[in-house]
This record gives sequence, structure tokens and C-alpha cells, in this order.
Amino acid sequence: MGQLQNFSKGFIRENPVFILLLGLCPALGVTTSAFNGLGMGLATTFVLVSSNTVVSLIKNFIPSKVRIPCFIVVIASFVTIVDLVMEAFLPALFESLGLFIPLIVVNCLVMGRAEAFASKNNTGSAIVDGLGMGLGFSFALTLLGGVREILGAGEFFGMTLFPGDGMLVFVLAPGAFIGLGYLVALNNIVKKKLD
Amino acid sequence: MAKRESTFANMVVTLFLVAAAASFTLATVYNLTKEPIERAREATRQAAISLVLPDFDELRSLNVMPVTGSDSLGFNIAYKDGELVGIAVATYTRMGYSGDIRAMVGFTPEGTIIDVVHLSHAETPGLGDKIEKGKSSWSTDQFAGFDPREQSLKLKTDGGHIDGITAATITARAYCDAIDRAFQTLIANKESIINKEGE
Repeated sequence: MGQLQNFSKGFIRENPVFILLLGLCPALGVTTSAFNGLGMGLATTFVLVSSNTVVSLIKNFIPSKVRIPCFIVVIASFVTIVDLVMEAFLPALFESLGLFIPLIVVNCLVMGRAEAFASKNNTGSAIVDGLGMGLGFSFALTLLGGVREILGAGEFFGMTLFPGDGMLVFVLAPGAFIGLGYLVALNNIVKKKLD
Repeated sequence: MAKRESTFANMVVTLFLVAAAASFTLATVYNLTKEPIERAREATRQAAISLVLPDFDELRSLNVMPVTGSDSLGFNIAYKDGELVGIAVATYTRMGYSGDIRAMVGFTPEGTIIDVVHLSHAETPGLGDKIEKGKSSWSTDQFAGFDPREQSLKLKTDGGHIDGITAATITARAYCDAIDRAFQTLIANKESIINKEGE
């Protein structure tokens, strides 16, 4: 598999949210607006690339019976770093995402890529995989956040598209499930066309 | 290089090394970000104070235990040319829809509300976040110029004089609770605050 394919698989073919159905807790929780989705996606991307890098570097050093605790410690450290750095230098973003940052630790996408890819491949491939998966995750979250924001609040990235209250259900939890269901179906159609 | 075997010694040493490296990294990052984080929090507080108070040239801060609730409130007493011009109270409520809501309330020396601004909250985006000034004019419309000595700081549905927020009654009720806590505490401690002014 070439590196380009390795990178691009995260967008449609193996999109973490639409195909692998990983990391749905943040995907449903934070995507009340496109901006929140993008912010959460990029924070996850950073953690994913960093943890993939470190995991692929130390994979030969870790006895396989304690690999999961070691990976968790690595991931939790990077999440805490993101949490601290974001509060220090991006307070506005931290205010809207702060609650969800610690949740990245238990995002099974990060753990899943560490276990399924980074612990079996070299560092270069692991970085490309983390970047592709992370950006695919950001893409999915921004899309879902955008759909919910447009339908629920009549806005996109905070710009008013049409006045009025919109359909409140899309801002609330049920709207996340409905939106996700339709996007998964749409992604399957696109994937079939590509194949 | 082959994978290391899962012997007891190997596992203990590896876990120890990974945990030690992680602790060291986190301690470094914590130290590096400590000051910027405090600066960012202080900047939010200062911006909130100047938003809810008239012009002032001297500010005195003290913590006061509220009439109800277990955490102290931050009182910021503002003077201009030696005269008391207003009191900004950093208040909170535990009644939020999701987590605590913290807000800064500005009062005139008599006790009329000048303005209110939220400091932090985790209410539902799109509904409860209408308490934010940037999202809706609700908080200014309801509270700016409101005199809690004459009217009740409760929602109209609860028999008070404040309009609720559509589809976010719990958030609006909680916000009223936070502001009422600040007001009650201010009234209860007014003497001591004004006395200190004379010192």
C-alpha cells in the first residue's frame, strides 16, 4: 500500500466515523456546530499523530502483555498536554471544547490506531496513518457539525444563513443520531461509486 | 530487533520507564503553561469586571462567604476619585443544566444591577448558551438596570419578574439563582463593605 493511499483511506474508504464507527462519543457529543467539530477533530488529530509516532517508536521495547497500559499512558499524556496548551494559548477554543478534551483519552479511535496500525508498522507509515485518520475524523465531525448547525440553528461557522430558530432537535442529542445515520448512508453510496 | 519477552522483570521495568517518562514530560509542560493559564484566567476576570462596572481608577478585591452556598464569592469594589462607584461580584450557581455556571454581576452602590456577563458554563449549545452576551441579548435585556430590591430575581413562571429563555428554562432559572446569590450576599454584607471604604 502506497503512502498516498495510506493517507487518503481515512476520508472515505476507512473513515473512522462513517465506516469504522469509532470515536462516536465525541462525534455525537461535540458536533453541535461545525466549529466545535473542527476543533475537536484537529485536537484528536494532534493526539493521534503524536501517539502513533511514539507507539511505533517504542513498539519493540514493550513486552506485549503490558502494551495496552503503556499505550494508554502515552495517549493520556498527550491529551493532558493538549488540554494544558489549549487553555494557556487558545482560551476561546478551550472554553467551548474544554469539557471534551479529556474524553480523547477514551476515544477508541486513538487506542484503535495505536493497537491496529502503529504497533505493527514503521514510524513513517504510522505518522501518515495518524494524519489521514485524524483529518478524516475532523472531516466527518465538521460535516456532521455543519449539518446540525445549519438545520438546527440556521447558521454555518457562526454566520447566519437564515433567520429564526431552526429545528431544535438537530442541536439536541437525537439530531446527532439522525444526522449521523444519513451521513453513514451517504458515505456508503460514495464508497460504492468509488469501488 | 525482536519484541521483548513478557517476563515479570521486563514488564515492571517497562511500565516504570514509560510512566516515569510521561510524568517528567507532563511536569515540564505543566510548568511551562502554568503562567499563561493564570494570565488567561485573570484576563477573562478583568475583562468581565470592566464590562459590568462604570469607569473606575481603584479596585479592591475580597472574598465573602455567600448567604447560601459553600464557596466564597469574589467581591471587586470599584472607586473613582475615592468614591464608591460600583461592586462587581463573581458569583456561581450549582443549578445549571450541565455543571456550574459562573458569572460576573455589576451592582451600583445602591444595589441596582448594572450588567451581567457569564464567566464559564457548559450549557447546551444553541439553547442554554443564550446566556452568553455574544449569542443573545437576553442577559442584558433582562438584568441591565434591574432593581432586585423592588422586583424579584426569579423567572415569571416561578412568580418573579424575569423572562425565561425558550427551551432553556433550567439554564435561565440557574442564572437567576447565581445573580440572586450575589445580590443577597451584597445586601447582607453592605455595612462591612461600606465601613471598610471609610478606613
